[in-house]
Amino acid sequence: MGMTMTQKILAAHAGLDSVCAGQLIEADLDLVLGNDITSPVAIHEMEKMNTDGVFHKDKIALVLDHFVPNKDIKSAEHCKCVREFACKHEITNYFDVGKMGIEHALLPEQGLTVAGDVIIGADSHTCTYGALGAFSTGVGSTDMAAGMATGKAWFKVPAAIKVNITGKPSKWVSGKDVILHLIGQIGVDGALYKSLEFTGDGIANLSMDDRFTIANMAIEAGAKNGIFPVDALAEEYMKEHSKRPYEIYESDEDAEYEQEITIDLATLKSTVAFPHLPENTKTIDEVGDISIDQVVIGSCTNGRIDDLRCAAEILKGRKVAEGMRVIIIPATQNIYLQAMEEGLLKTFIEAGAIVSTPTCGPCLGGYMGILAAGERCVSTTNRNFVGRMGHIDSEIYLASPAVAAASAVTGKISGPEEL
Amino acid sequence: MKACGSVFKYGDNVDTDVIIPARYLNSSDPKELAEHCMEDIDKDFVKKVKKGDLIVADKNFGCGSSREHAPIAIKAAGVSCVIADTFARIFYRNAINIGLPIIECPDAAAGIEAGDEVEVDFDTGIITNKTKNTTFQGQPFPEFMQKIIASEGLVNYINQK
Repeated sequence: MGMTMTQKILAAHAGLDSVCAGQLIEADLDLVLGNDITSPVAIHEMEKMNTDGVFHKDKIALVLDHFVPNKDIKSAEHCKCVREFACKHEITNYFDVGKMGIEHALLPEQGLTVAGDVIIGADSHTCTYGALGAFSTGVGSTDMAAGMATGKAWFKVPAAIKVNITGKPSKWVSGKDVILHLIGQIGVDGALYKSLEFTGDGIANLSMDDRFTIANMAIEAGAKNGIFPVDALAEEYMKEHSKRPYEIYESDEDAEYEQEITIDLATLKSTVAFPHLPENTKTIDEVGDISIDQVVIGSCTNGRIDDLRCAAEILKGRKVAEGMRVIIIPATQNIYLQAMEEGLLKTFIEAGAIVSTPTCGPCLGGYMGILAAGERCVSTTNRNFVGRMGHIDSEIYLASPAVAAASAVTGKISGPEEL
Repeated sequence: MKACGSVFKYGDNVDTDVIIPARYLNSSDPKELAEHCMEDIDKDFVKKVKKGDLIVADKNFGCGSSREHAPIAIKAAGVSCVIADTFARIFYRNAINIGLPIIECPDAAAGIEAGDEVEVDFDTGIITNKTKNTTFQGQPFPEFMQKIIASEGLVNYINQK
């Protein structure tokens, strides 16, 4: 029986010639990740373990990104705990204010994630690195603690769903529309415990930033991981960003898939997920007249340079609607700087938006854009659960940067074609 | 090992944001988290829950964020077991790792209502609805997971090995 790409990576890291779906394995880890919310719990757990220290100071990444710059005293205490741990164990890849960015945009940019890696992170969107052909998955703090101490984690080898991508998308259709469309089709538990393996000649028409967005939201379909084949574009990205060697794995011709889905990019429309689940999708022509109060463009899903360029193209020479609050968050310091050099920040500010330092803040209702009862937000983030961005009676509509920017201008959910 | 108590019942896709909203994640103290457990889906939960009570839910319980604070809050609130049709995978791992017993059993999820008195035998996987006099066969834990739960979590289990 052939193996999927994910299964091959897991087999190699478990020292096995082959593995099959359902098998329990113990795999060596190339990177263990945590943030300012999950790491304090992991550090506390690790301190209870009979261990001398971390397994490898270069293979742990600690990123303070959720409630940073510290939103309150308790958050400051959490960050202090992570800072002291990083210092004590001489963690190489520790990112504090000034260096930090939103973890899943930051780590690939810093070259810490490459094809063929096995990565666990105490953050559910750790699946993002599948865009580069790595196996990466979210875990909790205790798994992070065990990973930091031992460099190993146990996994149940996942079965897989094959997603065949064909065609070329129209101008305003992006990775966000692809993944929202897919989640709308299979549901928020449609890929539960499984890999989503993307394949097909349409991938060549998706930028790396599109692919990061798609892999990022694999968890929103319940998937263990999402993974892309490594093509010339992915290799170019890794060579530009990383000095680490990478290994390319390809799925076997006879690999087994539990389900096969085809998405034709050419027919895809801008897609919006209605409250309160990412599976409640409608295409932009189906949304109707929905007025909004706030727009957020950013997050580990859509805070990359492509996303900001797209928003700026729409906002250039326009003003945001009267009474609309528009919050734009470049995901890393480098993206922030690049957006500044390209004049995107000027465009945003002249349009009436605000630009924030990198933070996860509003995405999870932490700070920087909390919603009051009855308010509606179009957001390029990844979850629209009840109360996710504030009051339980507020509403989040998930969309692409193009739809978010167009909606900021019109004051209601709109596609860029309507401007 | 057994769990026994009264049931709080929920539907599909109970996400970790409603189990413990992010506005409380500036704390990692189990007692403090427990005070806000289920707050955004059931504001009376914390007032009503008694030590030993169970949560029963439908599909994809614990979906969303990887926050371990979610099973920690549930356990610290006194819940002895969560039964669901299915669990989201990170929540499943986290629950086992911190020693919160959970069982997948679609029949039990369908056949148990709020307020029912339910007993779970972790060795056999048998779930008994004492109120309705019905029983369901859940998946018993593999031995290593039983040991993790008996040790009150993965860290203690590793330390004992």
